[in-house]
Amino acid sequence: MEIIEITEQNFEKEVLNSDIPVLVDFWATWCGPCRMQAPIIDELAGEVSGVKFAKLNVDENGSLAQQYRVMSIPTLIVFKEGKVVASAVGLQSKGAVKEMIGV
Amino acid sequence: MYDVAIIGSGPAGLSAALYTSRANLKTLVIGKDRGALEKADRIENYFGMAEPISGCELVENTRTQARNLGVELIEDEIFHISWENGFQLEGKEGAYEANAVLLATGTGRQTVKLKGIQELEGKGVSYCAICDAFFYRGRQVAILGNGEYALHEMSQLLPVVQSAVLLTNGEPLKVQAPEGVQVIETSLASVDGQEYVEGVTFTDGTSLAVDGVFIAMGSAGAAELARKAGAMINGRHIQVNEGMETNIPGLYAAGDCIGGLLQISTAVGEGAKAAMSMIKFVRTVQKSS
Repeated sequence: MEIIEITEQNFEKEVLNSDIPVLVDFWATWCGPCRMQAPIIDELAGEVSGVKFAKLNVDENGSLAQQYRVMSIPTLIVFKEGKVVASAVGLQSKGAVKEMIGV
Repeated sequence: MYDVAIIGSGPAGLSAALYTSRANLKTLVIGKDRGALEKADRIENYFGMAEPISGCELVENTRTQARNLGVELIEDEIFHISWENGFQLEGKEGAYEANAVLLATGTGRQTVKLKGIQELEGKGVSYCAICDAFFYRGRQVAILGNGEYALHEMSQLLPVVQSAVLLTNGEPLKVQAPEGVQVIETSLASVDGQEYVEGVTFTDGTSLAVDGVFIAMGSAGAAELARKAGAMINGRHIQVNEGMETNIPGLYAAGDCIGGLLQISTAVGEGAKAAMSMIKFVRTVQKSS
């Protein structure tokens, strides 16, 4: 499945109103650990169905990062029916991300 | 640019340096002290010790051996590692670049155990100022530390935060704090907050309201450096495979910082394994450039 780029404009539609759970990777270009997290998410997106994978650049979407109290990146948040059901701060292994999304 | 930079000049780091240098790789070893061996009076359980020698003597012998093979040994304290077409190391004395980096700094001896720290990690407790300063714009933060590493972390925060306080947690301040920065030397009882950091409480019962606490006690250990670079860590230990490779291509770890049996013999063996992997990695980089 393709990874969706989340912005302040499409957040509601793609995340809050999504019919399936959404994993959002909060990242920034200057964050070393984020660059290691990205390929893990890419790999999972290619393997797992029934979950939407998305990434959100905190530099460009500061208000969303603030709204969800992101204070360190990478932060991964899983949304289900518009609500936060799981979150993790810091680089997560593939196994840990799978656990977060329940696969 | 160095082919290999090794952070730590204990058995794991020096052992690796012997191999990489003999393989004709330009090797730099950055050390701060003799590590855990400094306090070992007599080494009696290591291969070839017919007569026991001290830890200091063993390290000094190996340093001489490394120098004789062309290894460059310097004293510096590394604060940060990043990578972009090679690794950039930022230290107190200077900056260094290398194609491959080995983390061999031993175990962090200055772990801070305070109520609330673990629970509030990523929720106001941070181990990397350069990574997280962005999220504390206009806020009040505390830096927990008493040395050069704390000053380095503070220098990343001061341009963006509203105010920063240096907390030494009962330890003596070893450096001059920047002008205008408040220093509190009272020991801490806890880091407080329901969901996110709201402040800290001292052992004398007083408290201080802050939005963030940056941990920078002592010097940056291997786990902190690995975390900043994006390497996978497990508790205090860096995760490596059999070749001592972390999840970041070109970044390796060996010795006490990966856990397991904390012995010279294991560290020396792991250093050798890391060297083999680094030699292979650097040769590939050299071929492709």
